[in-house]
Amino acid sequence: MNLALSEEQEMLKKAARDFLEERCPKSFVKLMEQDDRGYSPELWEEMAALGWTGLVFPEAYGGSGMSFLDLAVLSEEMGRACVPAPFFPTVVLAGLPIMNAGTDKQKGEYLPDIVSGKTIFSLALLEPELGHDPDAITVEATRDGNAYVISGSKLFVPYARVADYLLCVARTSRQQEGVTVLIVDATSPGIACTVLKTMAHDQLYEVVFDQVRVPRENVLGQPDQGWPLVQSIVQGANIAKCCEMVGNLQWVMEDTIAYAKDRKQFDRPIGSFQVIQHYCADMYTCVEGARLCAYQAAWMLSEGLACAKETALAKSWINEVSPRVLNLAHQIHGAMGVSMEHELHFYTTRARPVEVGYDQSSSYLEAIAQDMGLV
Amino acid sequence: MDFSFTQEQKRLRQEVRDFLEDEVGRRLWKPSCDAWIQGHNPAFTKRVAQRGWIGLTWPREYGGHERSFLDRLIVTEEMLRYGAPAACHWFSDRQIGGSILSYGSEEQKREFLPKIVRGDIYVGLGMSEPESGSDLASLKMRATEEDEVYVVNGQKTWTSGASFINYVNLFARTDSDAPKHRGISEFIVPMDLPGISRIPMIDITGTEAWNDLFFDNVRVPKKYLIGQKNTGFYHVVEQLAYERGGMERLMGNYPLFDALVTFIKETKRNGRTLSQDTRIRHKLAQLQVEFEVGRLLMYKVAAVMDAGRPPTVEAAMSKSYATAFEQRLANTAMDILGPYGLLLGDSKFVPFEGLASHSYLASKGYSLQAGSREILKNIIATRGLGLPTS
Ligand SMILES: Cc1cc2nc3c(=O)[nH]c(=O)nc-3n(C[C@H](O)[C@H](O)[C@H](O)COP(=O)(O)OP(=O)(O)OC[C@H]3O[C@@H](n4cnc5c(N)ncnc54)[C@H](O)[C@@H]3O)c2cc1C
Repeated sequence: MNLALSEEQEMLKKAARDFLEERCPKSFVKLMEQDDRGYSPELWEEMAALGWTGLVFPEAYGGSGMSFLDLAVLSEEMGRACVPAPFFPTVVLAGLPIMNAGTDKQKGEYLPDIVSGKTIFSLALLEPELGHDPDAITVEATRDGNAYVISGSKLFVPYARVADYLLCVARTSRQQEGVTVLIVDATSPGIACTVLKTMAHDQLYEVVFDQVRVPRENVLGQPDQGWPLVQSIVQGANIAKCCEMVGNLQWVMEDTIAYAKDRKQFDRPIGSFQVIQHYCADMYTCVEGARLCAYQAAWMLSEGLACAKETALAKSWINEVSPRVLNLAHQIHGAMGVSMEHELHFYTTRARPVEVGYDQSSSYLEAIAQDMGLV
Repeated sequence: MDFSFTQEQKRLRQEVRDFLEDEVGRRLWKPSCDAWIQGHNPAFTKRVAQRGWIGLTWPREYGGHERSFLDRLIVTEEMLRYGAPAACHWFSDRQIGGSILSYGSEEQKREFLPKIVRGDIYVGLGMSEPESGSDLASLKMRATEEDEVYVVNGQKTWTSGASFINYVNLFARTDSDAPKHRGISEFIVPMDLPGISRIPMIDITGTEAWNDLFFDNVRVPKKYLIGQKNTGFYHVVEQLAYERGGMERLMGNYPLFDALVTFIKETKRNGRTLSQDTRIRHKLAQLQVEFEVGRLLMYKVAAVMDAGRPPTVEAAMSKSYATAFEQRLANTAMDILGPYGLLLGDSKFVPFEGLASHSYLASKGYSLQAGSREILKNIIATRGLGLPTS
């Protein structure tokens, strides 16, 4: 057992932090919140040039062939900086499944452009009804000769407007798990994206498919048997998101502690009041637990070990402590924390894990309960 | 990063489990909550010693095995999982041996460590006094230097296991003019010296595992002073980190957790098992999540110790977290058991031999001893996060 990052990972972390502190200050995040595309192609190119978009992909496709754990480290730093970029949808929601389930042809076609930052991907999974199981997928893709035709609405699709391709999870068979993951050219006729107004203005979309034709060869993985692939996408996404949230929470904690040392009332720093100290100790404990369980899951996935339980553990814990940490942070900041002048709001609005799947803590508790044999 | 155990560690865990399974199977003792501090069983301690599981981390020349703190954590984790009666050796293995190793003379190391490792002697902790709990540095027990001895006078309280210990690891004031932190010395005192007496204390569970200890002109040979005179308080600070950061803080009442899970799987109310009731199932799952997080925090403490750093902040964090978990576990058990939770171990209808009522009561003490939750949070905030004290 070794709970420390490797030297290379420490270097990656530091390089990412330095770069993002310089190139992604909160003024830039604010600007991107107001931007229609929600990201800056210049920064995106720089991130690609640093090798981030290619980090986990094989060298054969131009990537660096690094591990999911390395990606976890980078995700944490991105969370810390609230990076407004389509990194998560492109690399985690789409790139990883293409790498894991794609044919050689698909990998050759898509991965090099993901690595170079040329194309942006997203995932169209959730539907208005939400839900966790295959029944929740009702958008249909019907066969028509050598093509599928997709019709229906998907919700909470990140960066859909700027995406070149969408992975769309659609129902292709009546069997319960009869879903298929399709790689859809986002410029196809019949696709309409409408931005959803979110707390963080972070580019979530409604995507309506109206008779969108997708060639059969664009099936990712097995046709009609795509559910396990969906589960693996959600699992990787959940773990990466947990790491991103650890980055969110770490910033919140550090910022709050700095504030507690600095802010004076009754002629002394508020951080010298024991109640404030204990709030800070509680935050630290929550974040330390979050870090350990997020990285445990990331390490296991990275090693190719089954980690459904560890993922559920990380999700349950982080879903629970994230609001707790933010509430404490706000309490300690006083009114300043709810002002737009202060940076805390960037985190209060982002440290919510909803965009990956229908994210309800009880479903993760259920997974843990089943692991305990409680049925 | 690597969250796995080595083959050797897996083997060690399995060996400990096999040993404990066998012990339980032969009904040599009954698994119980808090047996690490309340279960004195010299024969068990002897058998553990024969396996080489006491003083695991200590140098070979004193009988140890030079294994890592992680290895030790594996052994203690299994002992706790089985609720094994390890109280005779727990304190010496955990912290007193370490203090002798860090500060003791060569002669003391040769005298005490091999005896601890063999399970021949048991050492208790004499820190707290009636007027000195959290503010340990204010302690009043006096040790006055004379030619060959220190003459000790005063009272200790809450001394665990004083009915069976052979030695007590004692902290006493050796300079009353110095500032309070700088006038305390550490001793290891044979319990059979004339002038030591004890009155058992009965705790809220009815257990008689604690004691008031009285020292009346006890002449303690100077060879029992550990380290330098007047530096004892600084030893305590390090020792306490070892005292706090162990798995017993999380798993003291693990047998209750185990029993509760089995109970809800097997017990039917309104025609279905309790585990089929989503509210109950999720309560247990929530506890499992909290347990697993606590376990990671504990492993972090061992990792820090193996890296050669005193785990002051990590231990404070894991203990304050874990003792709260134990209390939630006990509360949940009481909630699920309803009126059955009220029954004591020897009542007619009591579920799992009263583990629930025992733990419900006993768990209140564990967020106080070895650093109260509040003191630990002070440590996390000031030492860990650098928050100002004024
Ligand atoms: C089961 C059990 C076994 C024990 N075994 C031993 C043993 O073997 N040997 C031994 O020496 N002692 C032992 N103790 C005693 C233990 O060390 C003390 O209980 C502990 O040091 C706390 O002291 P206290 O109980 O006097 O509480 P106090 O110090 O009086 O504290 C009372 C309350 O005030 C709070 N408080 C105190 N100071 C502060 C502060 N600065 N900031 C915020 N809050 C504060 C505490 O957190 C607590 O909530 C044992 C105790 C128990 C319950």
